[in-house]
Amino acid sequence: MTRTIRRAPEPAAPADLRKPAPTGRIAAGAFHPRQLLAAVPLALRKLNPRHQLANPVLFVVWLGSVLVTALAVLEPTVFAILVAGWLWFTVLFANLAEAVAEGRGKAQAETLRRTKTETVARRIPSDGAHPEPVGAAELAVGDLVIVEAGAVIPADGDVVEGIATVDESAITGESAPVIRESGGDRCAVTGGTTVLSDRIVVRVHSRPGESFVDRMIALVEGSARQKTPNETALSILLSTLTIIFLLAVVALQPMAAFSGGTLSVVVLIALLVCLIPTTIGALLSAIGIAGMDRLVQRNVLASSGRAVEAAGDVSTLLLDKTGTITFGNRQATRLWPCGSATVDELAEAARLASLADDTPEGRSIVALCADEYGLANQPGNVEHGEFVEFSARTRMSGLDLADRRIRKGASSALRDWVTSHGGEFPSAVAEIVDQVSAQGATPLVCAELRAGTARVLGVVQLSDVVKPGMRERFAELREMGIRTVMITGDNRVTASVIAEQAGVDDYLAEATPEDKLRLIRAEQEGGRLVAMTGDGTNDAPALAQADVGVAMNTGTMAAKEAGNMVDLDSDPTKLIEIVRIGKQLLITRGALTTFSIANDLAKYFAILPAMFVAIYPQLDGLNIMRLASPDSAILSAVVFNALVIVALIPLALRGVRYRPVGAAKLLRRNLLLYGLGGIVTPFVGIWLIDLVVRFVHGLG
Amino acid sequence: MAGFAQVGVLVLALALIYRPFGGYLAKVYSSPKHTRLERGLYRLFRLDPDAEQRWTGYAVGVLGFSAVSIVFLYALQRLQAVLPLDFDRGAVPPAMAFNTAVSFVTNTNWQSYSGEQALGHTVQLAGLTVQNFASAAVGIAVAIVLLRGFTRASADRLGNFWVDLTRGVLRVLLPISAVFAVLLVSLGVVQSLAAGVDVTNVDGSTSSIALAPAASQEVIKELGTNGGGIFNANSAHPFENPNGWTNLIETFLLLAIPVSLTRTAGLLLGSKKHGYVLLSVMATLWAGLLAITWWAETHTGGAASALAGANMEGKEVRFGIPASALWAASTTGTSTGAVNAMHDSFSGLGGGGALLGMLLGEVAPGGVGSGLYGLLILAIIAMFLAGLMVGRTPEYLGKKLGKREVTCATFAVLAMPTVVLLGTGIAMLVPGTRDALTNNGPHGLAEVLYAYTSAGNNNGSAFAGLTVTSDWFQASLGMAMLLGRFIPIIAVLCLAGSLAAQRRVPETAGTLPVTGPLFASLLTGTVVLVAALTFLPALSLGPIAEALA
Repeated sequence: MTRTIRRAPEPAAPADLRKPAPTGRIAAGAFHPRQLLAAVPLALRKLNPRHQLANPVLFVVWLGSVLVTALAVLEPTVFAILVAGWLWFTVLFANLAEAVAEGRGKAQAETLRRTKTETVARRIPSDGAHPEPVGAAELAVGDLVIVEAGAVIPADGDVVEGIATVDESAITGESAPVIRESGGDRCAVTGGTTVLSDRIVVRVHSRPGESFVDRMIALVEGSARQKTPNETALSILLSTLTIIFLLAVVALQPMAAFSGGTLSVVVLIALLVCLIPTTIGALLSAIGIAGMDRLVQRNVLASSGRAVEAAGDVSTLLLDKTGTITFGNRQATRLWPCGSATVDELAEAARLASLADDTPEGRSIVALCADEYGLANQPGNVEHGEFVEFSARTRMSGLDLADRRIRKGASSALRDWVTSHGGEFPSAVAEIVDQVSAQGATPLVCAELRAGTARVLGVVQLSDVVKPGMRERFAELREMGIRTVMITGDNRVTASVIAEQAGVDDYLAEATPEDKLRLIRAEQEGGRLVAMTGDGTNDAPALAQADVGVAMNTGTMAAKEAGNMVDLDSDPTKLIEIVRIGKQLLITRGALTTFSIANDLAKYFAILPAMFVAIYPQLDGLNIMRLASPDSAILSAVVFNALVIVALIPLALRGVRYRPVGAAKLLRRNLLLYGLGGIVTPFVGIWLIDLVVRFVHGLG
Repeated sequence: MAGFAQVGVLVLALALIYRPFGGYLAKVYSSPKHTRLERGLYRLFRLDPDAEQRWTGYAVGVLGFSAVSIVFLYALQRLQAVLPLDFDRGAVPPAMAFNTAVSFVTNTNWQSYSGEQALGHTVQLAGLTVQNFASAAVGIAVAIVLLRGFTRASADRLGNFWVDLTRGVLRVLLPISAVFAVLLVSLGVVQSLAAGVDVTNVDGSTSSIALAPAASQEVIKELGTNGGGIFNANSAHPFENPNGWTNLIETFLLLAIPVSLTRTAGLLLGSKKHGYVLLSVMATLWAGLLAITWWAETHTGGAASALAGANMEGKEVRFGIPASALWAASTTGTSTGAVNAMHDSFSGLGGGGALLGMLLGEVAPGGVGSGLYGLLILAIIAMFLAGLMVGRTPEYLGKKLGKREVTCATFAVLAMPTVVLLGTGIAMLVPGTRDALTNNGPHGLAEVLYAYTSAGNNNGSAFAGLTVTSDWFQASLGMAMLLGRFIPIIAVLCLAGSLAAQRRVPETAGTLPVTGPLFASLLTGTVVLVAALTFLPALSLGPIAEALA
């Protein structure tokens, strides 16, 4: 059996993996009350009726405010003026929610826009003559441009010639330069990034104004924002509620007239505004923008809000084994001494042979010997030896010392080496080699030549090491109802061992891009939504087919175009986080809608007795909050209705807490918190506001 | 005690038929075989019974059939004078004929006429009784189509309306009606083609007591949740409902199909547990209504009530409070509208309970078919919000609830409150309303609200106390019945079409389970909250003001 290494032996693990799997809210940057103030000018500009028309719920509030204002002007009473004022505040607060969310996106867009300084490109004319300088805005798709060290890449494209280090910090925030070269999967370059060394020829891929950066700016600013299907459906439901309440309020006047009273229009409008779902109506677009924003905070760009919603629905995750589930390279996990050799002898030899070996495998052998076999205090270098590098012909590497030679390498290569040097290759070694292979690991035979005779010391086992915390994450995903499928080019044996270790639900071994595409189609055929990551050009069809396709920023332009999200950090594990963000977005939307509707009950108990007590005094029995007077009761409900919007802006931006537990548990929790909470909160809130409002002259 | 025993026997009887009858209904609507009689009928009407329809074709069938039915029923009433067995009751006036035709085709059975005075046996038998069967079969068919929408995937065909209609009548309603009619006759319900008998009273005066073929119409009146009595006094009339046993049987018939359809739903949806959950929601609401009415009628203040021990005004002494409350909860909960006591004489709270039974949207357990589809529509609304709260775009029974599904559901939900609130509001502005009422104040408002609620929900029960023979009431209540019936039906069929076109979403741990008490309470809460938020203002000027007085 392989052993899981207790400590991460390589520093390759992304920082977030070493932390325990995150629970609770996915932070989206702190929310400062200052942001509210900063958004006031934009909110005021949104008072324009043309803007309000887009949101039927708020348009009704806007109309109501205009009407009540007119009535307050015609017949100024303290009550009418205050109601008019607070109705305008309701509209304003709703605008504020949207403005704050947009403001945060604008700040990010500003940073991006700075990369879009006008650059001069050196275009190679089609006749192959000398490069000519042209403005970046004049470049057409298919043009070839030369970019040399120190110059800014003028447009998105693929490297067709040369290799260069590129500073992409403007886009990714990552300061370490990356290598871009022609051919292969690292050929894509982004306009606005800077070449640090060497010279490349780039074939332009995007029209001016449609580059990657342009699209990013549009997205984070929210200017390209369209309602998602779910938002549309929810808006229909909210409009229906608005119509129902409109009917309930309109029908009230003739009924009251029959009952021997008349209701003031101001009061009827106040009732209507309190009943229609203003809270969620005001926060709906802010929730959507904030969801996108949370992705951007994590350096993920989604092409649309629809993609974020789909992420919440994903039921199958396709994850590449290498780099996502396991560390990129195999690592030494165990030593198997054999024959006359002891484990200490084997450890000492294997370590010596690997000290100068700079491959990840070599480093991992040194680390294993230090950590597990007590060789931590040995000198870190060999003074008089000569390192023999690995070559494809010999298939082994090693160290030549004055009195001995050490070799490690593939079993067959070592067999030849040992027998050719008069040694014996014991059958026990072959057995261990078979045993290690059967576990999906790679056996590395280690032998030494001393005094003219070769001797096999044992076997070093190299295994794929599952990144720490992956098992827990997959268990979490299972709890969320998401199936994980590991994709690998390894053979079935290796794949099944890793799948078992990592705790994924299924695996696809010896996978070709076609297999991947077929798997996605099969899953979708069964009604499941599929998410995957990819970077290569051959991933593009699968990325396009998947419901959520996250392209790595290091990947090719084809992959980025095909997917509907781009991860600027190129961290495939982020897919899990993306799913959480999608779910959190949907939960926030549902929870605040429920809260908003549940609020109505208390408002009825405040306003109905206040309206009707003049007609039927016994209806004062419904005034269970014991509000001071009809006027103060109605005003308190209106004030609460306005203030609750502001109070919920931080929650809308931050998103409600999400825990990866079963659906029923999640619903019970959210129903209690936002359903029952939504019923109780306004009773307390309106009662408290009334304690203040009753002292306003003429209301108490 | 006797009251509890009646409830106990009723519940036991329903429990006994639940599985076999629900299973039988499922078989009726999914069997590929046609009986010889059915094949003959299809040949006669040149129908291909195996050609399934799209939702649009199905809707055209429902609407076309109903339109023809209305015209036929209207003509029959207008021509009554030349029809046999009319006993010189003459042609029905146009407004009343329109109202009655609409009323029976929409399964409302609101009666603006007095049965034994206005209609002869031909119109009763060839017109009204036929519609009692047909409108009930239409209701069940629409509910079955919605179930098919959930169970079919990537399909555009939803069944054949004519086949579903024929099977509902021939395989379900007719056989049961025949058996129970004989039973009722043996228990004393009248079945006669005579106009009536003349009797000499004890004081020497003579009077004529009307007779009618009551037993045959009585069974389908309850079984099909229709409710239109052959006599004006409806099931309070001793010829329709002579004793405690007939009363219990008729109450049982009211509930039999709406209750058993949840079993049918469970079987067809492949989740019997979900059927039980739907049943539990209906049962909880029904029990709540029963408790309100029962308690209110035994706890009414006033000298008369104190003397009688309970509010006995408007109730038959042979039934008493429990059987009247049981009937009231069942008739308003099922959209039947037949009465065995006068709801107008109920206490403020008791009458409010009857009103609430309808305002819940007729889902406790609702009319034949309409109760089931009504509850499924409300489940869609509930699941839309609840689904979001578990972090997925909403789904229900393996189907996504997108824009089209929500639009259909909101149309179905919106129709009833619109009709009720606008109808009541406008009626309050119509000058004649105050004169048509026997009461003013909150009870008067309740009478008008009750009328539009009854019409809009296709219930048909009357609070009485309101004279509804003016052209305004005949026309507006007729429109309320039409809109309250057919807007939801079209929306439900459209919904079924869009559900069937979808693929099925497989169930995972992230799917909200719809089989446990959590979903049941969510759905119950939604039904109550939707009704409360919509109608609290109107109710507080009516029954609430009356109850608090």
